[in-house]
Amino acid sequence: MAALRAEPRLGDRAYDVTTTAMALVIPALLVTILVAIGIAGWPALRQFGVGFLTSSDWDPVNGRFGAAPAIFGTIVTSAIALVVATPLALGVAIFLSEFSPAWLRQPVAFTVDLLAAIPSVIYGLWGIFVLVPMLREWLMPFLRDTLHLGSTPFFSGPAYGPSMLAAGLILAIMILPYISAVTREVLLAVPRSQREAALALGATRWETIRDAVLPFARSGIIGGVILGLGRALGETMAVTMLIGNRHEISLSLLAPGYTMASLIANEFSEATGDLHLSALMAVGFVLLLLTILVNALARWLVRRTAAGVR
Amino acid sequence: MARTRRTRARRRLSNLVMQVVMYAAAAIATLPLLAILAYLLIKGASAVSPTFFTSMPQPVGEAGGGMANAIVGTLILLGIASVVGLPVGIGAGLYLAERRSAPLASTVRFLADVLNGLPSIVMGIFAWELLVRPVGHFSALAGGIALGAMMIPMVTRTTEEMVRLVPVSLYEAALALGYTRWRTSLTIVLRTAMGGIVTGALVAVARIAGETAPLLFTAFGNQFWSTSLREPIAALPLQVFTYAISPYDEWHAQAWAGALVLVGLVLVISAIARLATRKRPGGGD
Repeated sequence: MAALRAEPRLGDRAYDVTTTAMALVIPALLVTILVAIGIAGWPALRQFGVGFLTSSDWDPVNGRFGAAPAIFGTIVTSAIALVVATPLALGVAIFLSEFSPAWLRQPVAFTVDLLAAIPSVIYGLWGIFVLVPMLREWLMPFLRDTLHLGSTPFFSGPAYGPSMLAAGLILAIMILPYISAVTREVLLAVPRSQREAALALGATRWETIRDAVLPFARSGIIGGVILGLGRALGETMAVTMLIGNRHEISLSLLAPGYTMASLIANEFSEATGDLHLSALMAVGFVLLLLTILVNALARWLVRRTAAGVR
Repeated sequence: MARTRRTRARRRLSNLVMQVVMYAAAAIATLPLLAILAYLLIKGASAVSPTFFTSMPQPVGEAGGGMANAIVGTLILLGIASVVGLPVGIGAGLYLAERRSAPLASTVRFLADVLNGLPSIVMGIFAWELLVRPVGHFSALAGGIALGAMMIPMVTRTTEEMVRLVPVSLYEAALALGYTRWRTSLTIVLRTAMGGIVTGALVAVARIAGETAPLLFTAFGNQFWSTSLREPIAALPLQVFTYAISPYDEWHAQAWAGALVLVGLVLVISAIARLATRKRPGGGD
């Protein structure tokens, strides 16, 4: 289009300046967020240093703040979410792109997409009144007593209901559509010839997927999973409502805990004093850096696959 | 020979097994949505009545009441968010579509994706730091701006995609007729892509309509009637949250009712969005 450009006119100049300015809002916004939250969290980070990330002593009354339990809880709940959601999401995506009869494709894709449209707070509501009672009455005793997993530290202790397990499971439901949407897109981008070549060699449908389609789509799929991880790390409302909000590191998934996001949501409006507030901002800053890193990695992987396929 | 046959049988079997596994995965994945919708309908429908939309929240212990203030509050917040998010998002999207692979465009595109993935709670404390802390009180304006900031990257990316679908020939034809670039972009290109852009905007509005975390410390919620932009304002998702974590049965029922209305709102906006895409840019399908 550059070749078509006539001599610069005032209107064109104004148009260019305006759209460029609006495009620049995006980097400016990101930088402002980083700087504002970084500055607000700085007093706490300076006072506690590395101890802020490693200490589990969160004591607003005596002005000591260590975010280790929240960081631990964030990692554990996200891990549960990924372990549960990834195989299901891959299954759905492969089903939709390779196995599904045509009449079933639209309804299933629509349903899964709809999962992404449900607000977080509604997942929380459903979690409190449906998922948590179900866990307390059924799944937790089943895991702990019937399967005797209670003898391991991971499923021991009382089953209150609100727990890292509950938060992790709700996260799994919430990130499933994101992972499956990206995976499906990547699978659809795998050239037809790739499949046809394998089928022509006598491969079954599953062998075609396993040996010809999935390897081609691998880094895009990994990108999709990491994108899901990014969502899980920062998800706030549903987790706040289900995790039990307790500052303690427990290996047991049945125990309540905290995540970085739920810690902020829960304590921010009742922060006692400037240092408490700064500590919460610092937690936000750590979460911010973590999600930026994870998202950048995911986008890079997805884009690389898409470019390679093209 | 027998060995070949056995291999073939085993391969067929594994094919069948994997097929069943994929069907099962699809079934399990769709189950939660059906369960959530079923509970919303069952629990919410009994608490939603015409007065739910017209009356104010009742104090604990009194049955009934509604969320008129929260419904209006959510609409006001969505209005502010659109005013903030749409112009910037559409402008940035036009820029990205027209500059395609310029270095700045690639950077902005990447950062838009990163921004899109930021936790909404982070947007909440950011808006608090910039818009609430300096003035010393919560406000509808701060909440709306926080939501609007979240809309920007979403609208940017969909606008870019839609503008890119407009055939270059159309752009060139307008220039050949003596149109200036800015008039071509704003009247020909933008108008052609309008259906898709409207869809993108509505999808973004639907997504932020249910956001709660960015409003916790900005709009804050309000038990009373307020439409002032400078005052704290009620919002449906906030109200659902407050009622859900309360210990009162009456409030739990109200939470389900509010949730049903909220999901209804989100789905209606999404459905309108789908209708708008029927008219694809460039005519055709």
